[in-house]
Amino acid sequence: MKELTVFAGVDRLGQVTEFVNGVLEEADCPMKALMQIDLAVEELFVNIASYAYRERPEGGEAVIRAGIEDGLVTIVFEDGGVPFDPTAKEDPDRTASAEEREIGGLGIFLTKKIMDDISYEYRNGRNVLTVTKRI
Amino acid sequence: MTISKQKNGNALTMAVAGRLDTITSPELEAALKDEFEGLGTLIFDFSALDYISSAGLRVLLAAQKQMNKQGEMKVTGVSEVIMEIFEVTGFTDILTIE
Repeated sequence: MKELTVFAGVDRLGQVTEFVNGVLEEADCPMKALMQIDLAVEELFVNIASYAYRERPEGGEAVIRAGIEDGLVTIVFEDGGVPFDPTAKEDPDRTASAEEREIGGLGIFLTKKIMDDISYEYRNGRNVLTVTKRI
Repeated sequence: MTISKQKNGNALTMAVAGRLDTITSPELEAALKDEFEGLGTLIFDFSALDYISSAGLRVLLAAQKQMNKQGEMKVTGVSEVIMEIFEVTGFTDILTIE
């Protein structure tokens, strides 16, 4: 697996996407899957950038690992911010009208739908989120 | 992302091309903000939109809520990949897609 350590700021999204795309392109990932994985990467990284270090004015780092083995893409996001399990979040009501719709919660929901599996662990004071998708 | 606006009476067409993501969505939100006054029809032309994330969906939802109060909103030129995102999130029921 390749690894990238980056300051957890929304303005680093381009760098994170490029890193993951680099890994996927080496393995001839189909365009559609590439775009879907981009989406999951954006949602998860932006989540970390927006919330993980909210209580620390100096911010913090995120570590992203990405790899493909036998057609299975695995991406791991790690941060040392506040414990937060995005998989525990309730799915938004997809049948609600525009007026009843909440603005938040869609990102994680999209990630769950796009990726085959998402798992969370709080390990040694760090949030570790692993997503996988077969391509 | 590039945005081109075309005004026709009280109808406005916004053609959005490229990527509508966390970085670019605030630009679209800002471009829309001053257009709502007196607007009857808002049309998004997504023929050249390659990518949308939840940040883009949020802007669309806010625009739909606003237009529900004062007129109508339509989304045109939706590609297969973007349509899948709309379907998964239930946005196909909220938006008028032509």
